Order: sequence, then structure tokens, then C-alpha cells
Amino acid sequence: MNTQATEQQNTHAATPLVEMKDISISFGGVHAVDNASCDLYPGEVVGLLGHNGAGKSTLIKILSGAYTRDSGTIFVDGKKATIDNPRHAKDLGIETIYQTLALADNVDAAANLYLGREILTRWGTLDDAAMEAETRKVMNRLNPNFTRFKDPVKQLSGGQRQSVAIARAIHFNARILIMDEPTAALGPAETEQVGQLIHQLKNDGIGIFLISHDIHDVFDLADRVVVMKNGAVVGSAKTTDVTKDEVLGMIILGKCPAGATPGPGASTD
Amino acid sequence: MSVEKKYTESALVRFLRATEVDTRLLGMIGALILIWLGFHLYGHFVNGYGAFLTPRNLWNLSVQTSSIAVMATGMVLVIVTRHIDLSVGSLLGFSAMIMGVMQVWILPKFLGLGHPMIWPITVVVGIAFGALIGAFQGVLIAYLNIPAFIVTLGGLLIWRGASYLVARGETIAPVDQTFALIGGGPYGTIGATGSWILGIIVCLVIVLLLFNGRRQRKKFGFTTRPMWAELLIGGVGSALVIGAVMVMNAYPWPKGIVKKYAAANNIEIPDGGIFISHGFAFPILIALAVGVAMTFLATRTRFGRYVFAIGGNPEAAELAGINTKKMTMLIFSLMGALTGIAAVIASARLKSATLALGQFDELYVIAAAVIGGTSFAGGIGTIYGAILGALVMQSLQSGMVLIGFDSAIQQMVVGCVLVIAVFLDNLYRRNSV
Ligand SMILES: Nc1ncnc2c1ncn2[C@@H]1O[C@H](COP(=O)(O)OP(=O)(O)O)[C@@H](O)[C@H]1O
Ligand SMILES: [Mg+2]
Repeated sequence: MNTQATEQQNTHAATPLVEMKDISISFGGVHAVDNASCDLYPGEVVGLLGHNGAGKSTLIKILSGAYTRDSGTIFVDGKKATIDNPRHAKDLGIETIYQTLALADNVDAAANLYLGREILTRWGTLDDAAMEAETRKVMNRLNPNFTRFKDPVKQLSGGQRQSVAIARAIHFNARILIMDEPTAALGPAETEQVGQLIHQLKNDGIGIFLISHDIHDVFDLADRVVVMKNGAVVGSAKTTDVTKDEVLGMIILGKCPAGATPGPGASTD
Repeated sequence: MSVEKKYTESALVRFLRATEVDTRLLGMIGALILIWLGFHLYGHFVNGYGAFLTPRNLWNLSVQTSSIAVMATGMVLVIVTRHIDLSVGSLLGFSAMIMGVMQVWILPKFLGLGHPMIWPITVVVGIAFGALIGAFQGVLIAYLNIPAFIVTLGGLLIWRGASYLVARGETIAPVDQTFALIGGGPYGTIGATGSWILGIIVCLVIVLLLFNGRRQRKKFGFTTRPMWAELLIGGVGSALVIGAVMVMNAYPWPKGIVKKYAAANNIEIPDGGIFISHGFAFPILIALAVGVAMTFLATRTRFGRYVFAIGGNPEAAELAGINTKKMTMLIFSLMGALTGIAAVIASARLKSATLALGQFDELYVIAAAVIGGTSFAGGIGTIYGAILGALVMQSLQSGMVLIGFDSAIQQMVVGCVLVIAVFLDNLYRRNSV
């Protein structure tokens, strides 16, 4: 039923939640992202794949406002969007789980969860008790084993830190969720939990960019994949139209199979 | 033997856990007691007179600590966000000079000498001026990406030079009489009764805070301290406050001032003389008020939360949507405003604005923050720590003056203490995490 809905949106060309067009950025001569385009529809999971260094993180950091692009246009809900810093992106409902997690290591889980969006008392002071209570609720759903609410997050395990970063991204009613290698530090059980979470968010109509260098993390969860190589988009395809092996070929060789739409990075031979 | 040791250790650990007392705080108080006893006993045995632990010296110590303590609270935020401010000493001098010019040269011309509005205008101008210069330095650091070390090193030279130019190389004196009261002195205090009232209020606040904290924790089902620990903390805290009141009240006005005061108020002095207490001096009250306000800012507000988040991970703070550039500018502006307050205290105490006012203060301020547990790695530091650090630095300084060390040795000792303190701090952190 849900896949049908997605299908409909895709085939009937509803306005995409996000459309990134011809995005480029370079760092001192390195074209980290080169003329890349991709889009995302409501309730859709788009897997962004490619080797380490392909430019995936850089591309989505442009969407999340961490980097300012050299050229290209971003549309949100069909309207041209100005995203010059992370605040702009958040205002547009774009939430991000960064590959580095981007946690303030010296403060606790609740402070990180609410960083930049603190709950205040009626006197305008921090309401730490309320924030901790809310954090306990969220974390309970996400990672029931999590108990270290008073500790600075630097003292937590990789998996626990990742849970905090995920909790932060989903807690504020994101419409567009970017997950950059979200399960890298998680064990099998927690990874499974994140998979369920993605299903649930998708059902709520949230659009998700799921980024990984490993096709197995993504293929079963994604409706569509976009593959990058050397900063350019090799191509994009619905996961129903291509096999895992064909996608692997896109990642490794840059070769675009018949079921995929080629991009500027597709090899021509 | 070793069994016994283990047992006592675990008792201590249990005690610390139950009371939730910061071990660093205990360490600093221990160091302070050692320094105080050391100087007192040294004076007692070597010079034949222990002058340190006397009401007179402790009262002076409280006044001398104030201006460094005020600036140290701001330096905590600066260092927590991985910056540094080397310009505070020169900026203190410059602000003091501006205030001197204001109240000695300019305002009397328009308002008349001794006009009651002179001191408030002067104070506001001095603090605003500090805030403005701080903000200017902050803009250079945040928006032009010039390292704080360089900007404020420049400031150290520039503001000192500028105050020389403004004053045409003169000392500006005497300051307005009401303004001078802010610096302490016999009349610049709240007296015995005032000190008792204040002391009792502070004790009540301590009890109230403990009570409220307990209630909050219960409300959200978090663990609470055992009752005996609450009583102990409340008891020790109140005892310290009452002790401070008694010490400050035990320091009487000098005979000459008493005589003048008696003559002016038509009081007859009995044979034994009159004992008029100093009580808490205004500078120490200002420093305490600043300490409370800055603690509130650092721990209870968004601003404070952002300061620590930026210190812990500047990139993460930016990605979380915090405007880190604006924060940096505000932090330096706040540092400047606090420097302005310190300038009020320092120049009021001297009753003049001198060219050397505030020289080397930056070093004492930074040392106070660092001794108080503020880490150069960023993200860690407390306001109360910095205030205690200021007290440690000033205790060392005045203690050495009291026992007659010359200034060359003083400098060397202070330098050594700073380096050792940071070394101990590293050890402490390595063991605690
Ligand atoms: N801030 C930066 N400064 C310089 N080079 C960068 C920066 N961020 C990314 N790069 C470069 O851009 C390229 C793409 O990196 P990235 O987007 O992290 O790849 P991926 O996430 O696909 O592994 C790499 O060559 C990387 O070295
Ligand atoms: Mg990456």
C-alpha cells in the first residue's frame, strides 16, 4: 500500500520534497561534488551510494547547510531555497545525522538532543529536567538499553552516541531526513531497529536520504538509489528495476545498466 | 596496612558520591588552606608575627581579589570556547582612564563638581566602553577569522598606548567621592549589621537552593542525596558564610577615621575607643554578584549552554544551528564589559586612574581561570572555580608581600604555580575519565 503511494508520487510527478540541480563544490582544486543532481519525494527512501571519497557526504552537507555550494540550485517543495547555513536547512524541515555524528562531547545526551532548540522554563531559563525527561522517552523507543543520561556523550559507546544523533534528527518533526552512514557504529540488533525506524518514518511521509558506501545497508530499504563516483552522479535507478550486482557495477565501474537513468558521471565506453 | 588504606579510600569515595561534592573543589579549598596556613606560620616563626590570618589581612585580600575575580569569570567563557583574551589588563587601564577623564575632566564641567549623577554616568560609560571594545575585538576574531591570540595581543599593546594618549601621560585624580566608595575603604562597606543581614540571607538562599534541588529531583524521579549529606552541605556552607561575616566584622575602622566620624556625627568617644566594624566591602559584594550572575548565565541559560557546546565541538555547535560567530562576538563583548566593571573597582580603590593600572592583570586572570579548572582544550570550566582561582592567586601574591619576598621572587613563584597547576590538572583529568 505504501509502496503504491510512493509509486504514484513518482510516476505522477508530484512536486519533489527536494530537488538538487547541478550542484558543484570544490575544495582547493578538488572537485568534491561535480554537477550533481538528485531529488527526493515524500515517503521515499533514496539510497545515496558510492565509494569512500565519492562525494556523498559533501553533497548532503550542501543540503544541510554545512557547506555553501559553488554553483547549482536547490528546490524545496518546488520553490528555490536559500540554504546558506544549518539554521536555514532546519527551518525548512531538513534534519541530518552526520557521519561524524556532530555531537558536543562535553555535554549530556539531553543537551545534545536539544542543542539549538532548548526547552525553556517560563522564566526563560533552561528546563533541564524537562529535556532529560523527554530524552528518556525518545531514547527508550530508540535504544531501550540506553541508561547513561547524566554522562557527557564522550563517555558513551559508539552505538550509544549514534543513537543520540539519530534521536536528535527524528525528534523535531523532520520532513526531510538525511542519514549519513547511520548504522556504522551499531550492532546487528540496533541496525535492525534503525531499519524499522526508517520504515516507520517513511510511512509518516518523510523523505529520507540514506547514505552508505555499502550497498547491503541500503538496497532493501531504499525505493531508489543514486550512485556517485569521483564527485559525479553515475546514475539513479528504482531498486525494483536493477539488481544488486548492477548497482555494484555502477559503484565500482561507473557503468550505468539499462534499468537506470544515467548521470554526468556514467562511463561512456 | 594496604587493606586499611583501601577501606579508608572507599569511605572517602562513598562520602564524595553521597555529597556529590566536586573533588576539584575540595582540592582547591585544600590548596587555599595550605597557602593561608603556610604564610601565617612562616610569618609566625620566621618574622615573629603571623600576619596572614588576621581580619585586617583577610579583609584586604577580599578587596584585592575582587577585580581579578570579576574578569576571571568572563575569561572562563573565553577559554571554554577555545579562545584567549590577552587584552584585559590593558583594556582595564583604558576603561579606567576613560572613566577618569569622564568624572574628573568632563562631567564636572557640565554638572558641577560632586554632582550625584557623576558616578553612575561614569560607571555606565566605563562598562559600556569595555563592552564595545570587547565586541570590536570579537568581530575581528569571529568574522575576519583572525586568531584571538593575535587580536588580543594587539589589543594588549594598543589599549595601553591609547590610554597613555588619552591621559596625555598623566595620572587622573582624584575621582568622584561617591565613585571612590565602590573601591572599598572604611566607608565603602556595608558595616557590621549589613554584613550580618547579608550573611543570613545567603544562608537562607543556600537552604532554599538545596531544598528546591531536592524537590526537583523527586518530581522527575531522579535519585536524591541522602538526608545527612544535604544537612552537611547546608551546615558547612552556612558555617563558612557566618565565619566570613565574623572575620569581616572583626576588622575595625582605624582610630583616625573613627575620630573623624565621631566628630562629624557629634559622638563622644569613650575611653576604650569605639569599635566600628568594616564588614563586607563593596568590591567583594560586586564580585560575588558578578559570580552569581555569571554562574546563572553559564549554567541556566541558552547562552551558557551554547558556550559549552561550542567549546566541546565548534563544528557540531554550528551544525546544530548555533550562530557561533555571533556567540564569539558576544562572549568577547561580555569579557569587555566585565573588564569595565573590574576597571571601576580598581580605579575606585586607587581613587585615581594611573598609567600602569591593570598591567599584568591578564596573566593573573588567565591563571585564575586555569587554576580554577578551565581547560585550554575547551568545553570545560566553572565560574566558582575561577573565583577560587583568583583567591588562590591573590593569596599567593599578598602572602609573599606580607612575609617580605621581593617582587622578583613573587613573579617566579606565581609562574611556577601556574605551570604546576596545569600539570596537576592534566593528571587529575587523566585519572578521572
Ligand atoms: N572540508 C573539506 N576540505 C577539503 N576536502 C574535502 C572536504 N570535505 C570533503 N573533501 C574531499 O571531497 C571528497 C569527497 O569527500 P566525501 O564527501 O566525504 O566523500 P564520501 O562521503 O562519499 O565518502 C574527498 O576527496 C574529500 O577529501
Ligand atoms: Mg562520507
